[in-house]
Amino acid sequence: MTVTAEPAVGKEAPPGATGPAPRRRTGRVRRIALPYLLLLPALLLELLVHLVPMVIGIVMSFKELTQFYIRDWGSAPWAGFDNYSLSVDFDAPIGKALLHSFFVTCAFTVLSVGLCWLLGTTAAVYMQENFRGRGFLRAVFLVPYALPVYAAVITWAFMFQRDNGLVNHVLHDQLGLTDSPSFWLIGDNSFVALLVVSVWKGWPFAFLIVMAGLQNIPKELYEAASIDGAGMLQQLRRITLPSLRPVNQVLVLVLFLWTFNDFNTPYVLFGKAAPEAADLISIHIYQSSFVTWNFGTGSAMSVLLLLFLLVVTGVYLVLTSRGRRAADV
Amino acid sequence: MAAPRSFVWSRRIFLTLLTGFVLLPVYVMLSSSLKPLQDVSGEFRWLPSGLTIRPYIDIWSTVPLAKYFVNSLIVAGAATVLSVAIAIFAAYGVSRYRFRGKRLFTVTVLSTQMFPGILFLLPLFLIYVNIGNATGIALFGSRLGLILTYLTFSLPFSIWMLIGYFESVPRDLDEAAMVDGNGPLGALFRVVVPAAVPGIVAVAVYAFMTAWGEVLFASVMTNDTTRTLAVGLQGYATQNDVYWNQVMAASLVVSVPVVAGFLLLQRYLVAGLTAGAVK
Repeated sequence: MTVTAEPAVGKEAPPGATGPAPRRRTGRVRRIALPYLLLLPALLLELLVHLVPMVIGIVMSFKELTQFYIRDWGSAPWAGFDNYSLSVDFDAPIGKALLHSFFVTCAFTVLSVGLCWLLGTTAAVYMQENFRGRGFLRAVFLVPYALPVYAAVITWAFMFQRDNGLVNHVLHDQLGLTDSPSFWLIGDNSFVALLVVSVWKGWPFAFLIVMAGLQNIPKELYEAASIDGAGMLQQLRRITLPSLRPVNQVLVLVLFLWTFNDFNTPYVLFGKAAPEAADLISIHIYQSSFVTWNFGTGSAMSVLLLLFLLVVTGVYLVLTSRGRRAADV
Repeated sequence: MAAPRSFVWSRRIFLTLLTGFVLLPVYVMLSSSLKPLQDVSGEFRWLPSGLTIRPYIDIWSTVPLAKYFVNSLIVAGAATVLSVAIAIFAAYGVSRYRFRGKRLFTVTVLSTQMFPGILFLLPLFLIYVNIGNATGIALFGSRLGLILTYLTFSLPFSIWMLIGYFESVPRDLDEAAMVDGNGPLGALFRVVVPAAVPGIVAVAVYAFMTAWGEVLFASVMTNDTTRTLAVGLQGYATQNDVYWNQVMAASLVVSVPVVAGFLLLQRYLVAGLTAGAVK
C-alpha cells in the first residue's frame, strides 16, 4: 500500500507557531511536558474506565457484597478470602459449577480458535493468487465480521429453533438424519450450536490477518522453490507456514482472548442462563453476580479469570518467542 | 506458473462450501423478513409462500425501533469520535517521543485488551452510581455513561493500531514540517494525520462497529429512554409469540448501515489491521 504525504509540507507557518530560537528554557520544559500532555486525555480515560474499575473490582472480591450493600458498597463487611475459597471449593456447588464452566470454556475456546484459524488460513492460502471473483469473495467473507453480533446471532438462534428452524428442517425433514427434531439451544447440542456460531463469526478475522501476512512473503521465494522442483504442498510447508509464524503468534493470542472472554454470543443465543453444556465463563460470572446477586463472589471469579488469562498469555508469549528465536537460528 | 487442475478444483469446492456457510444466515435473514407470519411460525420453508413487505412496516411500531436507532447512532458515533481523537494524540506522543513511563503506558494499554468485559461491568456500575449520588451527573442509564463505557473496548485498540500506523509515517516528514515553522501539533495535523488517513479510518470503523454491536453493557446500563438496538431487538419476542419475520427485518435494517460502510471502507480496515497486527 502506498501512503503519500504531499499535503501541507511546504506551506507557510501558521501565525503564532512557536519558533525554536528565542525562549530556549520554556522550549525545553515544553518538550519534556509535551508527550505527557498528548497522553493526558488517554491517561485520564484509561484511569476512569480501566484502572479504577479494576482496583474496585479487586477490592469488591474481598467484600461480602450482596444486594443489601449495593447502594453503599463501601460499608459492606470484609470477607477476607471467603469469596475466593468459595469459588475454588470444587466439592461445593458453587465451585463445582465454576470448574465445570471453566472446562467448557477451555474446550470451546480450543475448538473455536482451531477451526477459525484453519478456515481462515485455508481460505487465505487458496485466495493468495488472483482469480476471477476473488475481490467479490473477499467482500462476502467479511460479512460475518461486519454484521452486528446481535443481528447475526439472533438469526442463528432462529435457524436453531426446534420447530421452525432451518437446521432441523434440513437434518430431519429433508435428509432424515435424526429420528425426531432435536433441541439445539438447550441440552448437550447447545455446545455444538454455540461453536458453529462462534466459528462463523470469528473465522473472517483470521482470514483477514493471514491474508495480510501472505502479502508480505516475497514472490521470489516461491519462484526459487518451484525452480528447485518443490510442489505446492512443499511450498506451503516450507515457505508459507514458516513465514506466517509471527502473524500467527499474534493472531492465535487475540483469537484466544476474544473467544475465552466472549459474552455477546452466548448471551444473545441463550439468554441470561446458558445451558450447562455451553456455560461459558463470562456468562457464568454474569449469572453469579447479577442473577443470584452475589457480587463479591462474582468479582472473585473475575479476578481468578484475569489471573488465569495473565498466566496463559505470559507462558504463551515466552514459549512462542523462544520458538521463534530457535527457528531463526 | 499455472496452478494444477486438482488445485483449482479443490479451491472451487472449498470456497463454494465456505460461501454457502457464510451466506446461509444472510439468506435466512433476508427471506424470512419477507415472509408472512404463518410462514415463520411453522416449519421452515426455503421459499416464502408469498412475499410481503409488511414486516418492514410493522417493525417500527412493535417496538420503538427508531428511538433505539437514534440512541445507537448517538452512542456509537460519540464513542467513535472520542476514541479516535484521544487515540490520535496518544499515539503521536508514543510514536514520536521518548519519555519516562512510555513502556509502562503501552504495556498497560495492550494488556487491557485481555481483560474480560465482565470484570468492568459491576465496578463501572458502582462508580457511575456513586458519581451520580455525589455530583448529580446521571451516568448510569444515560447515553454519556454508555459512551464512556464503550471507550473501554475501542480506546486501547485504537491507540495500539495508530501507534503502528504513525510509526510507518517517515519521521523526516514531520521533522521537515517542524523545521518549516510548524509546532509539533501543526506537524501532527498537517503531515502525520493526512498520511495516516487509512489507519485513522480503520480505527474509526472498528470503534463504530464494536459500539454498534455491543450487548453486555447496553443491557445493564440503559433504561427505557436510552436503550440501544442491541437490547431493543429483543423486544420482538413477546410472551406468547416471537415475530420472527419482524426480528429478521429489523436485524437486516440495523445491519445494512454498518455492513455497507464496512464493505466500502474495508480496504482501509485491512490496511490498518495489517499495520497494527502484523508488526
